[in-house]
Amino acid sequence: MRPVYMVSGGITKFSKASPNKDFRYMVKESFDSAMADVPDLTLDRIDGSVASYFSDHFTRQLMAGIMVHDYLGLTPKPSRRIESGGATGGMCFQSAWEAIASGRMDVVAAFGFETMSHVNTWKGNEFIALASDTNFDYPVGGFYTGYYAMMVKRHMHEFGTTVEQLAAVSVKNHKNAMHNPYAQFPAELTIQDVLNSEMVSDPLKRLDICVMSDGAATAILASEEMAYKLTDKPIRITGVGTGTDAMRLADRPSREVILLPHENPEDYKNLKYPGVHSFRGGRVAAKEAYKMAKIENPLEELDFVELHDAFTSSEIQTYEDLGLCKYGDGGKFVESGAADLNGKVPVNPSGGLLACGHPVGATGLMQSVFAFWQLQGNVSKHFGGDGALQLKNPKRGLIHSHAGTGTYITVSIMERGF
Amino acid sequence: MAEKNISSTKLEEVEQGCVLYNLDPIIMKYHYEVDYIHSYAQDSPFFAGLAKGELKGSRCTKCGSTFGTPRSHCMNCGAPTEWMDLPLNGKIHTFTTCYFGGQEFLDETPFTLIMVEWPGVDTFFLSRLVGVAPEDVQIGMEVKARFRRLSQFKPTDVYFVKADV
Ligand SMILES: [Zn+2]
Repeated sequence: MRPVYMVSGGITKFSKASPNKDFRYMVKESFDSAMADVPDLTLDRIDGSVASYFSDHFTRQLMAGIMVHDYLGLTPKPSRRIESGGATGGMCFQSAWEAIASGRMDVVAAFGFETMSHVNTWKGNEFIALASDTNFDYPVGGFYTGYYAMMVKRHMHEFGTTVEQLAAVSVKNHKNAMHNPYAQFPAELTIQDVLNSEMVSDPLKRLDICVMSDGAATAILASEEMAYKLTDKPIRITGVGTGTDAMRLADRPSREVILLPHENPEDYKNLKYPGVHSFRGGRVAAKEAYKMAKIENPLEELDFVELHDAFTSSEIQTYEDLGLCKYGDGGKFVESGAADLNGKVPVNPSGGLLACGHPVGATGLMQSVFAFWQLQGNVSKHFGGDGALQLKNPKRGLIHSHAGTGTYITVSIMERGF
Repeated sequence: MAEKNISSTKLEEVEQGCVLYNLDPIIMKYHYEVDYIHSYAQDSPFFAGLAKGELKGSRCTKCGSTFGTPRSHCMNCGAPTEWMDLPLNGKIHTFTTCYFGGQEFLDETPFTLIMVEWPGVDTFFLSRLVGVAPEDVQIGMEVKARFRRLSQFKPTDVYFVKADV
């Protein structure tokens, strides 16, 4: 496998609706902003693209990927579309990585989008719920917030996680987004604001849940030789991992915890795993990525994490899957401030999905762009001179993309290459 | 039906349209729906069972794994499974009450979803709990299956109530 680098990235401001720009135009905007950052990269040096979008229902257009590729001026070069639910963006990023690692291509544009504003919120929830088993799960009350609510109820039962701990995630991420001009929903909130927000699916309230968005993002990946030609600040992708689990939440087994290098079997003597309280796929993805990136103790060796916080509960569950703390300690982890902007390992310094929005196909790529700017030390440059979210000298970050009830999960490790 | 005049040089005008919200850009709303022919295929006996008041899971013929949902092949070893009758009494593994939902279910809110667990069955079953106030639902609560008299051949043909009612 050849080393792979990210050389540039671009995003649109995520918004509730974007009637003045269709999906092609939005991607073009993110693509052009990525291209503008690497002036030596001309269209003819791009070998192909990978398209990321989740739902044909939202687009009401099959083969929308080629329409974007065409619009960007990349035909007749190779392109493909990736779809893996909420993890589509992360999977697209890894697909582009594969094209370069294998030697097939030297420069690849990974682009993603979603336009969710074309139906009302409750129809949108129905479209998203079609990504649950339509014979057995959808007809019973197809609603993703309901599925996540059941998972966190069990997490609370097993480990004593509290609604205040869930709310702390919301407060942290919305607050970080106050300094992110791309975010859809920055806010200064209190724990009480979150607890007082409307109950959606017990215990998850309105402010525990990300919003629907229109948006696009582009990441440009390159081989080592091309990367150093194009930029003096390339970011190396040193590890990729992907995990899966059964589509139906009901089909999750009760087994032993899959251990990371720094964990012991004694840590989890009586824990049935994953059940419905944890994401086995997230653990598998982390394990594979850590092995490739030679990470032994993620808490000590990662400088920040951008993870898929579609719900406050899934951020807490994901701390544990990623091994930032032990299974069961996720609630205490956020409470301790360890995930704060100035904490031990800042989690979602960008504001995450909760505050940035979640235009599904763009989301995983958005994370890669924020991580890229963070590692380049360029946050201020891209955030209109506001450097409040720039971490001090970060060398290694993790991005995490997540689908379904933990059905597809990707973890990628990014490191400063200069 | 009027005869088509193939020599006409004018495209026929029609009185169909959509709701126009805005002109710059042009934003419109129109309706779309389809008739869809669906087969439950190998899972059909599960739905037929619900119509007879039976709840069917799967047991692996090779490794003995048991599943609270229909799976014609074992997710652990790949061998074919056989149907097994699940107990009609079980316990709540986890639950939630939904106050919102997808559009199709909005007018059914609030409704309570549960995962049912059985001793000796390796996985769970998703269903609705009926007749228990949201604040009274608890993990570990004993529940029993009830079946709709008029089958709709949907997983909601079975639902659960408190075991002691
Ligand atoms: Zn088996």
